Amino acid sequence: MITSQDSLVPLTTYSGVIPEKRELTTRPRFSDKVFRAIVTSGGFTSLIILGLIALFLTLQSSTVFRQFGLHFITGFEWSQGDPESGAPAKFGIGAMLIGTLVVSMIGLMIALPISVGTALFINYYAPDWLRKPLTIMIDLMAAIPSVIYGLWGFFILMPHAVYWAKLLHKYLGFIPIFRMPSEIYERSPFIAGIVVGIMIIPIITAITREVFSQVPLDRVQAAYALGATRWTMIRAVVLPFGASGVAGGAMLGLGRAMGETVAIYLVLNLYFIPNFNILFSSGGNVASLIVSKFGESEDFELRALMAAGLVLFVVTLLVNFLSDLIVKRTARKGR
Amino acid sequence: MSTTNYLFDARPTKPWKINRQQLAINSIAFIVVLFLTPAVVAVSPLKGKLGAAVVLFTLATVMNIVISLRRQGTKTLTNSFATSLIYTATALVLLPLASLLFTVIDKGKESIRWNTFTADMRITQPDAPFTEGGALHAIVGTGIIVLIATLICVPIGILTALYLTEIKGRFEGFVRFLVQAMSGVPSIVAGLFIYTVLIVSLGLKYSGFAGALALSILMLPTVARTAEEVLKLIPNDLREAGVALGGTQWRTVAMVVVPAARSGILTAVILGIARVAGETAPLILTILGNTETRVNPANVPMAALPLYTFNLMKTGLNVAISRAWGGALILLILVLILFVTARLLGGRKRG
Repeated sequence: MITSQDSLVPLTTYSGVIPEKRELTTRPRFSDKVFRAIVTSGGFTSLIILGLIALFLTLQSSTVFRQFGLHFITGFEWSQGDPESGAPAKFGIGAMLIGTLVVSMIGLMIALPISVGTALFINYYAPDWLRKPLTIMIDLMAAIPSVIYGLWGFFILMPHAVYWAKLLHKYLGFIPIFRMPSEIYERSPFIAGIVVGIMIIPIITAITREVFSQVPLDRVQAAYALGATRWTMIRAVVLPFGASGVAGGAMLGLGRAMGETVAIYLVLNLYFIPNFNILFSSGGNVASLIVSKFGESEDFELRALMAAGLVLFVVTLLVNFLSDLIVKRTARKGR
Repeated sequence: MSTTNYLFDARPTKPWKINRQQLAINSIAFIVVLFLTPAVVAVSPLKGKLGAAVVLFTLATVMNIVISLRRQGTKTLTNSFATSLIYTATALVLLPLASLLFTVIDKGKESIRWNTFTADMRITQPDAPFTEGGALHAIVGTGIIVLIATLICVPIGILTALYLTEIKGRFEGFVRFLVQAMSGVPSIVAGLFIYTVLIVSLGLKYSGFAGALALSILMLPTVARTAEEVLKLIPNDLREAGVALGGTQWRTVAMVVVPAARSGILTAVILGIARVAGETAPLILTILGNTETRVNPANVPMAALPLYTFNLMKTGLNVAISRAWGGALILLILVLILFVTARLLGGRKRG
C-alpha cells in the first residue's frame, strides 16, 4: 500500500542510491511471455478436457459402435447374451434415449411456465423488499444436491404424484399418453418428470429473470403511458423482448434434465421398452442406465455403457451449444 | 380536500399504488377466501390437498376478478387472471423448496446422534439402532475428496478466468464458449471419463483421488465463470496504474489485480465447492464407497456423504433409510453453510 506519506519521502532515503534507469519498451518482457504462456495454457484446459472426454470414450466404445452400428442408437434390447445357448449380446439404447426425451420434456413442460411466471413475479410484481430474498431462495434450490431431490421425490412427492396421476388417468384417460397398460402408478416418467422439472426451475428462472431485467425501461413506461395494464404491458413488451432468452433458458434446462442421474434413478423404473404412457411405471434415462448397470457389468457391457455415455455427452453438448447461441442472440438484440 | 392549495401542498402521488382502503378490501377478500375454501371442499366432491389447492386458486382468482371489475371495468379481466397465475407460479416454486427443507430437517434429525460424527459403519449393519455406527467415514471422505478437487481445480479455474479478462487473446470467445460447454457436461459423463482413463486405461484402483478428479471437472466451469465475473469488476484504472508504475503485466496481475479481487475469488471457490459437494453420480463410478474411515486418497475405495446417503437409501430398510435422511441433513447443512458464506462474501463486495 502506498500512503500519502510515502510519496513525500524522496526515493533516495530508501536505499541511498537512485535506481538504474529502466529500458523503455512496449515489447513484452521475458517474464510476461512466460506469464502469458501459462495463463493461455490454463485457459485452454477446458478444450483439452472436453477433447480427452470425447477421445477416451470414443476409443473405449469404438468396438461397440463397430459391432452394432446405428442399431446401438435405435435398438431396444439390452442383454449380455447367453454363452450356453449361444445367444449373442445385444446392446441398444433406443428405449433409454426415448425415455430421456420423455422425462425431460415433461420436466420442461412443468418447469417452463412456472419459471417464466416466477421471473415475471420477481421483476414486475414483487415488492422491492421481496426481490432479493426470492432470488436467493431460487439460487438455493439450484444448490441442493440431486440425491436429496431423489430422496424427497421418492418418499414425499411420489404418494401425492400417484394420486394426481390417478386423477389424470380417470378424467383424461382418453388421451393416449394417459392410458395405462396396467394399474401401476409408482416410479413413472410422470413422477420423474416432476422431480426433474423442480430441479431445472432455478436454472430456467435465473436466465429468464436476467433477460427480463434487461427489457428497456422506456418501452415499459411507454406501454404504461399508453394505458396498458400490467399484463398487457408484459404481453406487448416483456415477452416479445425476452422470447429468445426464454427459449435459450429452456434449452439449458433441457440439457440439465437430460444429464440428470441419481434423482431419476431413484424415482424411475428402468425398462428397456419404449413407453409413451407417461403415467405407467416404466421408462428410461441414459444417465441412470449407466449407474444401474455399472456395478454388475463387465468387459463388453461396460464398453456399451461408455458408448451410452458418449452419446449422452454429444447430445447434451449439442443442446448446450444451441442454448448458448440463442441466449447470445438475445443479449445482442438488447443493446 | 377540494380546497387544497396545490402550490404549497403539492406532493407527488402514485395513482397506480393501491391505497389503504383498497388494501383493506384485498386483505378481507383474501381472508374470506381462506375460510371459504374448507367449506367448499367439505360440500363439493373435490377432496384432499389437491382439491383444496384447486378451490383456493379458483376462489382467489374469482375474488380478484370481482374486485378489479368493480375498480376498473371489464378491460382488466385478463390482467387479474394473469396476476393470479403468476402468483400461483411463484407459490409452486416455493412449495417444493419449503417441503424439501422441512422434510430433510424433520426426518434427518431422527437418526442424528453424537456417534453419527464419531463412528463409522465398519462393524455396524445399516439397520442397527442409531446409537451404533455413524457417518464419520462419509464426512471425512467428502472432506478429503472435495479438498483435493479444490486444489486441482482452483489454479486452473483462475488461470482460465485470467485468460478471459487479462490476456483477452484471439480465442477469448472460443474459450468462453468452451467453459460454457463444460458446465453442461452431465456429472455421470465426468465420472465415466475418469473411470475410463484412470481405472480402465491406466489400471489404477478405485480411489478418492479419482473421485476428486471427476469433481474437479465439474467444478472448473463454476470457478472460472464466477472468477471471471469478479475480475471484470476490477476497474481498469488499477491495471493501468500498475503498468504505469513500471510493473510488468504479470506483476500487475499478481500484486494488484488478483489481490483486489481476493474476496470475489474466494466466493468463486466456495460456489465451486458447493456445486460439487453433493454430487453422487460421478462418485459411484470412481470412489465406489466403503464403510471404514480412511484418509488415504490413493488406491482404496472411499466413502462420501452423497454416496453414503444414496447407498443406504438403496437398501430399502427402514432404519437404513432413516440414516440416509440423516446423511442428507448433514449434506444439506454443509451446502447451506457454503451457500451462505458465498452470499455474505459476495454481498460485502457489492455493498
